[in-house]
Amino acid sequence: MLLTVRAMSDIAKNDAEKPATPEAPRRRSWFAILPLVAFLALGALFYFRLGAGDPNQLPSALIGRPAPQTSLPPLEGLNAAGANVPGIQSSDFNGSVTLVNVFASWCIPCAEEAPLFVQLAKDKRVRVVGINYKDAPDNARRFLGRYGNPYQAVGVDASGRTAIEWGVYGVPETFIVGKDGKIAYKLVGPLTPDNIDSIMRVQIEKALKAGA
Amino acid sequence: MIPELGHYALILALAIALVQSVVPLVGARSGDAVLMDVGTKAAFAQFLLVAFSFGCLTYSYVVSDFSVQTTFENSHTMMPMIYKVTSLWGNHEGSMLLWVLILTVFGALVAAFSSNVPASLKATVLAVQSWIAGLFYLFILITSNPFARLDPAPIQGRDLNPILQDFGLAIHPPLLYIGYVGFSISFSFAVAALIEGRIDAAWARWVRPWVLLAWIFLTLGIAMGSYWAYYTLGWGGWWYWDPVENASFMPWLAGTALLHSALVMEKREALKVWTILLAILTFSLSLIGTFIVRSGVLTSVHAFASDPARGVFILFILVLLIGGALSLYSLRASSLKQGGLFAPISREGALVLNNLLLSTACATVFVGTLYPIALEALTGAKISVGAPFFNATFAPLFVPLLLAMPFGPLLAWKRGDLKGATQRLTFAFVAAVIGFVVAFAIAGQPVVALLAIGLAAYVIVGASAEFLERTALFRGPLGVSLNRAKGLPRSTWGTMFAHLGLGVTLLGIVCESAWGVEKIGAFRPGDDIPVAGYELKFEGISMRAGPNYQEQVGTLEVFLGGRSIAVMEPSKRAFAARGMGSTQSALLSRGVTQLYVALGDSNPDGTTTIRAYYKPLVLLIWIGGLVMAFGGALSLSDRRLRVGSPKLAKNRAAAQTG
Repeated sequence: MLLTVRAMSDIAKNDAEKPATPEAPRRRSWFAILPLVAFLALGALFYFRLGAGDPNQLPSALIGRPAPQTSLPPLEGLNAAGANVPGIQSSDFNGSVTLVNVFASWCIPCAEEAPLFVQLAKDKRVRVVGINYKDAPDNARRFLGRYGNPYQAVGVDASGRTAIEWGVYGVPETFIVGKDGKIAYKLVGPLTPDNIDSIMRVQIEKALKAGA
Repeated sequence: MIPELGHYALILALAIALVQSVVPLVGARSGDAVLMDVGTKAAFAQFLLVAFSFGCLTYSYVVSDFSVQTTFENSHTMMPMIYKVTSLWGNHEGSMLLWVLILTVFGALVAAFSSNVPASLKATVLAVQSWIAGLFYLFILITSNPFARLDPAPIQGRDLNPILQDFGLAIHPPLLYIGYVGFSISFSFAVAALIEGRIDAAWARWVRPWVLLAWIFLTLGIAMGSYWAYYTLGWGGWWYWDPVENASFMPWLAGTALLHSALVMEKREALKVWTILLAILTFSLSLIGTFIVRSGVLTSVHAFASDPARGVFILFILVLLIGGALSLYSLRASSLKQGGLFAPISREGALVLNNLLLSTACATVFVGTLYPIALEALTGAKISVGAPFFNATFAPLFVPLLLAMPFGPLLAWKRGDLKGATQRLTFAFVAAVIGFVVAFAIAGQPVVALLAIGLAAYVIVGASAEFLERTALFRGPLGVSLNRAKGLPRSTWGTMFAHLGLGVTLLGIVCESAWGVEKIGAFRPGDDIPVAGYELKFEGISMRAGPNYQEQVGTLEVFLGGRSIAVMEPSKRAFAARGMGSTQSALLSRGVTQLYVALGDSNPDGTTTIRAYYKPLVLLIWIGGLVMAFGGALSLSDRRLRVGSPKLAKNRAAAQTG
């Protein structure tokens, strides 16, 4: 593009300083085609980018890497089936496919995706665990009470430190951790009726197969 | 029924556009005046039909007819009436309808006010204008029908995106679109000139008012958008080098260059080939801007919900229009006859320098905006090009531009006298030194900012050098000066104000970025927040209900020197219908300086995050934009641009006979 600009300025100079010498027209016509060539290149670029999917999709540096060392305390007072719901330890990830959902009671999309996680949790081949991000324990318990608790374990990340290690951009986010303890997939943003089947379930099946 | 009528009117407009694309062109080729005249009538018909169609959609919004899908998705019965109307263009479909409405308004204006243009050129221009309109009608009808119905009709709408429920944003799109679309006229004139293979100084005279009109609105639109971003996004920034901002800035830079090169062409018949290219590129950049916002190619805060099918269609339009125009250019440009000679130091030379710098600046923004996509396409790497790149590349281009600017109007055509011009700018140099010293006395540092203040003072005073020169102000009796000032052409006044406005904007930018103060922290009710000599006492948070939202309002009492001067109430609004929020910053203007307070999150420990800023002279940034647009308007009102227009000619004829 810079080249084109230089060519344009040459046209300008040609115009200004050396009008109508006998050779000038031929040179000028060569420059005159440059804007067209530059535009066609740009058009081709646009065309390929159009097919390339959502530019908002951010890559995760952690995909294919082992899940970060994680040790989170349980959410005080959260019970399920008469027992305390445990916290999260890295060692729990080995041997099964785990969905790690980062959520908070103050996050509105989290409330919207909550019922969908309850559905996903019915699939007993996967463990669903939650990282409760920068939240007050009372609010978190109330949130799970209202929308249902899909999690087999809930770790409290009050400082947000663990979320940083997991490379979380914002809540909600969901990771699929494979049986080998490596992160297989990451969903930025909420689970929705649109992406639950087309993306999440497909990725879960992939992770289940990979470990088999 | 009414939406269907609107839809039908749009289809009729398409049919008429098809006629108008061909018949006047045939007329121009064969010299048939009746066929050429079809263009004029068709342009009026298109305008009436699209205006009717637009009226029908407006009606659906006003009465909250949620059986129309776009109304359902973007409106709400509880919204204030003004936002019901403006939410029409707060979405992709409606904004496209606004786009073509403005296009047909311009088409009708050209049809009405071009009787001084040769009939065949006018017919060709209207035909080209109609190619653009036809393609966009097709786009709307095929991919983005704003009249699509829902059955059964929902009872309540989904509400407009909260950050769009704001007066500034309500008028920002129309201003910007008038600017974008206005450049279609110079594009059509350029293509018509290439088709006819003939171009002369008169061409520039016909085109310049249209360029000026578009430029005025684009300037206002950009300034409005920038001010909106400043007070609504809550970060105190006024320009983010976001791809969509750049998309509006590029046509502005190219359009500014076009305005100046057309001047050379009008006066001296030089720079013809270049001016034609600029006219094509300016509108092309407007179209590319439209494409970028709607295709999802780039990540941006402004992007409409994107759809690849639409992207492909717009790309198809781009290739037809821009590719077609540039092909024609590559075939015909070399056959256009060249004009007058001039020395490097001359008015023409200064305007060439202006064009070189502005088009390089435009190319820089272009590269910075598109480099991330190109890189991702080639290597797959994701990067973003942000403010550091633009700041580093822009200053070296704009400093020489600003230094040269006051010289331009002082140089004579053909061969200028640099020494004489320098002498006449003595005032400006003195002002620069005074600006530097005053800034040094007040602020002390940083040195770069002090120099920039000097530059701004030089630009502001230098802009009036021609005025001082021609009125002999301070050098003779005041009465003579006043008389001379009255006699000055409006375009001279216009140049002065437009150039002065740029200096004013620069002054605002420098002060805000060099001496702005920012305080961000978590505060409890009762806390004092000291900001640049002001004390803000945080009194607490309360809840308030609006028509379609709930808001959390923070109250801060502002003290200066122990005396209470104002109460600021920044708020955060929660809109139930979309479950989304918006930030309403509180602004306190002290002259052109502002205090700016935005409310952040409430924290579990009972504190509230508050961002408070002191923004010295910040309002000058936008006042400068207004002054520039005012200069443009003055220049547009110059009699010279209207000479030969039908009414005036008649008046003169009447005066002569009578």
